[in-house]
Amino acid sequence: MRSLIVKGGYVYDPLNGVDGERMDILISGGKVVEELDEREAKVVDASGMVVMPGGVDLHSHIAGSKINIGRVLRPEDHRKDPVPRTRLTRSGVGYSCPSTFVAGYRYAQLGYTSVMEAAMPPLGARHVHEELNDTPILDRTAFTLFGNNYFTLKYVKAGDMGMLKAFIAWLLRATRGYAVKIVNPGGVENWKWGRNVGGLDDLVYNFEVSPRQIITSLARANEELGLPHTIHLHCNNLGVPGNYETTIDTMEAVRDIKPREGRRATVHIVHCQFNALDGDNWMNVRSGAAKIARYVNAHSHVTLDIGQAIFTDTTTMTGDGPWQFRLHNLTGNKWVNSDVEMEAGAGVVPYTFRKNNPANAIQWAIGLELALLIYDPWRVYMTTDHPNGGPFTFYPKVISWLMSRKARTETMLEIHKACMRRTTLAGIYREYDFGEIATVTRAATAKALGLKDKGHLGPGADGDVSVYDIDPTDWRPSMYRQVEKAFSRAAYTIKGGEIVVKDGEVVAAPPGTTIWADVKIPEDAEEELMRDLEADFRSYYTISLANYPVQDEYLPVQERVAVDGRRGW
Amino acid sequence: MTVIRDVVCPFCGCLCDDLEVTVEGNKIVKTRNTCAISSAKYMHHEENRITAPSVDGREVPLDEAVEAAAEILASARRPLVYGLSSTECGAIAKAVELAELVGGVVDNTASVCHGPTILALQAVGESKCTLGEVKNRADLVIFWGCNPTEAHLRHLIRYSGMPKGLYTPEGRKGRYIVAVDVRETRMKRLADQFLKIEPNGDFELLSALRAAVREVKVQAETVAGVPREQIEALAERMKRVKMGVIFFGLGLTQSDGRHMNIDAAVGLVADLNHHTKFVLTPMRGHYNVAGANTVTAWQTGYPYAVDFSRGYPRYNPGEYTAVDLLARGEADAALIVASDPAAHFPADAARHLARIPVVTLDQKVNMTTMLSKVVIPVATAGVEAEGTAYRMDGVPIRLRKVVEPSDGVLPDAEVLQMIIDRVRALKEGA
Ligand SMILES: [Zn+2]
Repeated sequence: MRSLIVKGGYVYDPLNGVDGERMDILISGGKVVEELDEREAKVVDASGMVVMPGGVDLHSHIAGSKINIGRVLRPEDHRKDPVPRTRLTRSGVGYSCPSTFVAGYRYAQLGYTSVMEAAMPPLGARHVHEELNDTPILDRTAFTLFGNNYFTLKYVKAGDMGMLKAFIAWLLRATRGYAVKIVNPGGVENWKWGRNVGGLDDLVYNFEVSPRQIITSLARANEELGLPHTIHLHCNNLGVPGNYETTIDTMEAVRDIKPREGRRATVHIVHCQFNALDGDNWMNVRSGAAKIARYVNAHSHVTLDIGQAIFTDTTTMTGDGPWQFRLHNLTGNKWVNSDVEMEAGAGVVPYTFRKNNPANAIQWAIGLELALLIYDPWRVYMTTDHPNGGPFTFYPKVISWLMSRKARTETMLEIHKACMRRTTLAGIYREYDFGEIATVTRAATAKALGLKDKGHLGPGADGDVSVYDIDPTDWRPSMYRQVEKAFSRAAYTIKGGEIVVKDGEVVAAPPGTTIWADVKIPEDAEEELMRDLEADFRSYYTISLANYPVQDEYLPVQERVAVDGRRGW
Repeated sequence: MTVIRDVVCPFCGCLCDDLEVTVEGNKIVKTRNTCAISSAKYMHHEENRITAPSVDGREVPLDEAVEAAAEILASARRPLVYGLSSTECGAIAKAVELAELVGGVVDNTASVCHGPTILALQAVGESKCTLGEVKNRADLVIFWGCNPTEAHLRHLIRYSGMPKGLYTPEGRKGRYIVAVDVRETRMKRLADQFLKIEPNGDFELLSALRAAVREVKVQAETVAGVPREQIEALAERMKRVKMGVIFFGLGLTQSDGRHMNIDAAVGLVADLNHHTKFVLTPMRGHYNVAGANTVTAWQTGYPYAVDFSRGYPRYNPGEYTAVDLLARGEADAALIVASDPAAHFPADAARHLARIPVVTLDQKVNMTTMLSKVVIPVATAGVEAEGTAYRMDGVPIRLRKVVEPSDGVLPDAEVLQMIIDRVRALKEGA
């Protein structure tokens, strides 16, 4: 592949302290380099444009059984967004449940080059990886579900941190996962009896452990092993008015856990918008974002992503079965529930966020309040929890709201006035600049994930670059429509040194790399774990332990992140 | 002699993965943990094999057969790609890609078995679980319009009837089993309760049960031949159990009402979830019909009946389903992978298939290979080739290879890739 020079753009590379300086980015052998032979290189003219590292989405649902249930469930969703094939690209469908190929193309068109699949049920891991292999361009990881796993509950109950850590290491390897995902800890296990948990100190049937114990044990194990990312937590009581208290309790519960070397955070709270509701019911619901922001501003051990709500028809899908049943009953919309033996569950319900619905207007405001009231952009990230808050294709719109108070005001005038009275958004004047946008969409997410070669443009970084056709020196927040347009269709997206998008069109669709965490633990700990797993697998699973781990055939292009978990043993 | 353990059985939707296959000199000599159906399939897998590729009945080298197949598909105006439910997912993915490339229609056998299940899902949803949930928790198991003692022989033993699981330490004794069918089957002896219902009475009975669950008084003395007291008693039992499951088969999807029956069952199960845990699971026949739906959905958005004639996927069961496309005389060429529609389709559809050029990929001689213009023998997934299959409950499992295929015999996916490459060359040359 020819080397590349991205020439003359205004570069935003927050991890390296670069904030809009005009400079060239040199890429050779797929990596950013300090110098190269300019005569050999292809030149990408970025003059007058914004240059950033490729986007890194740390929480999205693009592959596996949940999104595929959504696809099967929603032909009506696909019909409004068919995508024809070209000589270079596969056909498919878009909107809220895009086909795998289309998801890859569209992320790249927005300038994203890495996306994390946020919920992988272990038994369905092969399915996730098969779909990721049909998702072109993007590098990716998948987060393995742990919070309601039988073995997690068993070892937490026994208070056996050694076995819990050994199990985390083993299951990440067996599923080729990257991080510890927790969804409504304890609640999903109780849902298998048709029940839920109501807070951190409720108990899980048959195990008599609490969500608090599950979260703190997994967080401690996560940090002791030294995993690249913190625990990735979907809190209890999602979607329940008043749940901001549970969210703050949860943050407080992991405050004293010692983070692994080199970071301060011990927890990432996902799609916090859904967990920042104040009030007692859906009639008097109001924003709890300011209270959460106050906590986060005062405590450095928390990161979160906003899960911005978008006024559109979308498809909700989570590993939180009881919440999806509740949503089905609230809306009367069609409902899929899917319980996975020994491990997890999931639900899927179509949902429309409506401008004239007071609760939806408040939810819309909460996401933005979180992003604007939390001062440190390194700890609050832009997501829509695709497709739960809305499809990722609305990211440019979210960027325009973050960068322009005028854009927010115009939306506020169109929607239910509850967002004026029951949130603080109208009184917030903060507007993001390009550097902060680069932070919350790539630099900070890559850093939180521990992906060292992503999210920046220093020497040795992956040659993933996005170029947006907007001149930051000649831009004011009132021109937010321009920003939305520029971020909708990258002038260039460069992936591993190859131009994959030019003028908003896909021009190459190479396969992406699947990155997973390979954690080393002491041999005797692993042997002890395997003895325990063998007995329980034989008794309680319906597939044999020998057929359980994901085979290497499912990861044709892979990268292991080696973690030495023995140090803290 | 080698004994291969943990072999995954590629012959029905149960995908039992505890088989032992003994191989001697590339020949299967013994199997363990198989059911009657699968042991016969393993032991006789070499019989009746297609020995060589052929075009118009004349044996040809593989390349020549591939070229002929590519010419047929590339020049067709409305080619149909059909079958797919008895091969592995890699081949299914290639078949979808090929259908897209030639602007054809791709469909799988769901359109003649559990298609109504999918239509019901699209209308109202579903509540399901993996089979281990049933093993570990269910204390009420209902088989509706299906007979595992004939079609899924180890289902009762491994998953739904006998096994002792995490919260079902008593095994069979701790489960109440109900069978609902229009005729007395062997399930009558096996079940704790057998409800013989009038043919095509499923919708009424499901609706009556739903009414009883909602405590609406059923007025009729009997519904679909079942006395009111029995309906009320069963509804009461359904609400009281710790976890209940309804397995259903073609008796429900293919009787009058079709997807409306499943709608009614989904509604019943949704209502029951206000009282306890209840799920509904189709008993899928072909071992990878779930995989065919799964792969087609992630590539196109739709699980079956997909038309690419406009360059993007469109979905319309009843229009782009194989039987309908053929019966209307619309398809002008067909690629059949791992299926025998000539034997199983209604007469008018089968008759049209005999009139158009057909390319068939299969292991064995069957009615479809006999009417095909191009026949290419392929390796058997799960016996002679690896690959992924999705169990009836959606659990993906990697099939193992236990013996080598004959010289020159390739897996479906590789043959399909060769055809894709040739079609591409033909299209780009033109
Ligand atoms: Zn999510």
